[in-house]
Amino acid sequence: MRRRHFLSLSAESVGGLLIYSLQRTPLRAQSQSGTIRVPLKFFTEKQALLLAAAAARIFPSDDTGPGANEAGVVLYIDRQLASAYGRDRFRYTAEPFLDGPPELGHQGPLTPRQIYSEGLAQLEGIDTLSPEDADAKLRSIERTPFFSLLRQHTIEGMFCDPMHGGNIDKIGWQLIGFPGPRMSYFSEVDSYYGKPFRPRPESLSEILGRPVTPSEDEEPA
Amino acid sequence: MRTLKPVDVVIVGGGWTGLLMAKELSADSARSIVVLERGPARKTADYIDDMDELDYAIRLRMMQDIRHETVTVRHTVQDRALPVRQYGSFLPGTGTGGGGEHWSGISYRYLPQSFKIASHLRERYGAARLPEDHALQDWPVTFDELEPFYWQAEQLLGLSGKAGNLRGKRQPGGNIFEGPRSHEYPTPPMKRPYLAELFHQAATKLGYHPHPLPAATNSQSYRNPDGILRSGCVYCGYCERYGCMIGAKAQPTNTLLPVLNRRRNFTLRNGCWVRRVVVESGKARGVTYIDVSGEEVFQPAEMVMLASWSINNTRLLLLSKIGEPYNPATGKGQIGRNLTHQVSLPAAMAFFPQPLNRFIGAGSAGVAIADFDADFLDHSDLGFQGGGIIYTVCYGFRPMANFGVVPTSVKSTWGSDWKKAALHHYDRTGRISFYGEHHSYRSHYMDLDPTYKDKYGDPLIRMTIDWTDNERRMGAHMSVKAAEIARAMGATEITPHPGLRRYDATRYQSTHIQGGVIMGDSPENSAINSYHQLWQTPNLFVLGASAWPQNPSVNPTLTALALTHRAAHAIRTRSLL
Repeated sequence: MRRRHFLSLSAESVGGLLIYSLQRTPLRAQSQSGTIRVPLKFFTEKQALLLAAAAARIFPSDDTGPGANEAGVVLYIDRQLASAYGRDRFRYTAEPFLDGPPELGHQGPLTPRQIYSEGLAQLEGIDTLSPEDADAKLRSIERTPFFSLLRQHTIEGMFCDPMHGGNIDKIGWQLIGFPGPRMSYFSEVDSYYGKPFRPRPESLSEILGRPVTPSEDEEPA
Repeated sequence: MRTLKPVDVVIVGGGWTGLLMAKELSADSARSIVVLERGPARKTADYIDDMDELDYAIRLRMMQDIRHETVTVRHTVQDRALPVRQYGSFLPGTGTGGGGEHWSGISYRYLPQSFKIASHLRERYGAARLPEDHALQDWPVTFDELEPFYWQAEQLLGLSGKAGNLRGKRQPGGNIFEGPRSHEYPTPPMKRPYLAELFHQAATKLGYHPHPLPAATNSQSYRNPDGILRSGCVYCGYCERYGCMIGAKAQPTNTLLPVLNRRRNFTLRNGCWVRRVVVESGKARGVTYIDVSGEEVFQPAEMVMLASWSINNTRLLLLSKIGEPYNPATGKGQIGRNLTHQVSLPAAMAFFPQPLNRFIGAGSAGVAIADFDADFLDHSDLGFQGGGIIYTVCYGFRPMANFGVVPTSVKSTWGSDWKKAALHHYDRTGRISFYGEHHSYRSHYMDLDPTYKDKYGDPLIRMTIDWTDNERRMGAHMSVKAAEIARAMGATEITPHPGLRRYDATRYQSTHIQGGVIMGDSPENSAINSYHQLWQTPNLFVLGASAWPQNPSVNPTLTALALTHRAAHAIRTRSLL
């Protein structure tokens, strides 16, 4: 049995926003102070802090708005790696693993979990570095498969449906004006030419009015 | 192996062609029909909670399980083929409805000259101008013969659009380059999302002939000749890679299945993995498959139909040792030859100053020009043959897969500068795309891979395919034209396509793989006749785009449906057996 790990988020950073626990029951941060402890499914707290620090340099919080930390990107990655995806559920993994031209795609034998495990070793100490030094550290691994996966997962965690752990309170969708899933744009499709249509984003379970089981929580087929 | 009760017809694959054939043949109530589908059962109600980009568009819930089976790819016969380990250049569907559930619905007819391309090019340019290695071939069927069946397929789908050639008369607003139609489209064109409107205006200004993409998403509610009523599209933007939650996009489960479910002589079995077609003394006897419980059984049948998409159809014939495998060194053998894909390019990325609301749309809500298709452009100084359509489609832009595209003036791909630019451009970026002809070549084919296997130990298909200078020059030319249109649309920065090099199995192009079991006018140049019937084994039919001698630029589904209608009509009226 794995020892339980938690990621502590400051309630200030999430500002009383809606967080979904891993058990899918919404937790409302009641106060603007103190911390919220979110249980981790795959990473240790130390690993989660390293990844959070790296993701926050890829998609920083700055004067253009919140970033990976506020969106809970590391929670998204934690849940994905804990699920069948982390064990390479979505890849043909028969041997032999041979190198080929780039047009034939990634041919390596490592699962996403193993890629992260190797990558985390290279992030050692990044959570204590200055932003400039953290960027330099990331630039040194920019061409590794780990970094490209981390970049991709950071974007995914910014903009996924909140049921997957990232995009807390639809903060990513608010940033880009994406309404989320929406049943109809029949009257808007040709009446907003050249003008932004920016309704308040809603998640899938909000528009359906009921909980939706995220795919990562389904029994593996 | 247990032998099941014999049936009249067994169909492998429960997608568009398989279920359409089942619907047509089961209209004669005396005929018993079994459809074997490898994937799960699907229905419209499943799609009500499918608007989750991660589950459907990234983890690809609707697709064949790539852990169990994939393809291998190499560029030339000298190379070692490697497996496609993660889906890239095409997305084969699975489950009831197959790829017809997650398609976009862009549904063109082919041009009259496309059916005679080899003779047309020889007459117009002389044999010397054709590529040395080409394997272009005329179809054994003409546009005029197929027209009534196109019309049947269009009514089945409730296709929306605008005719450009009605019984020989040009119709403004439609595709004036198309072959003559006997009827106007069943439903009017879809509404134009903003980017499509910009394209329409710019193309008009440049003197082209913009027309609405023919769309299998109904623009308004429509009752088809089978009595199936479907609602009009609401532009929610979840079409490709998703099933339609309101049934506005025509899918096998919302057009064919409701009819079939009422027929007692029809059975659909899900979770059935067909491994072999059994042929004895020149006659197909049935198929063996592993059923949903894991037991291997034999289903005897009077007639066997393969309707499992180009790659799977070809693979089943090769695994069953039916016909002669194609040999590129000698040109002999018919099974596996004339493999083609489609030149499908994001021809130009266009960055606009104003927001576009790109999350609004549908997989086929768009505008196209055919001014550069086939021979409608002057090829004399171009160094390539053929062409295609330039279009923009507002398929519904979702951020997990699409965020982060920035103009080339932005050098970073992460960090504050990139984030700032990516946020600014996210809803101000449009794509001008191109669908172009992919000729067939003697060196492009499918055979069985010597190394890699599926989960039952059967060899995977090996695709030997690459781009040639014809496709590269075509792509480059069309990117220039697309960039001109983008400029006329008001784009302030434009990134043209960098150019095709080698066939890239990692970048999504389209799921339009053609060939492998091509149709022709004799057993010398083809595997099947124009009714999809194997020359050597007349009670074995191979449906769908595996029959295409080459790719004629636009998407194949409507033609696959029309040819299935035609084959079904012949089976019912002319007793082909």
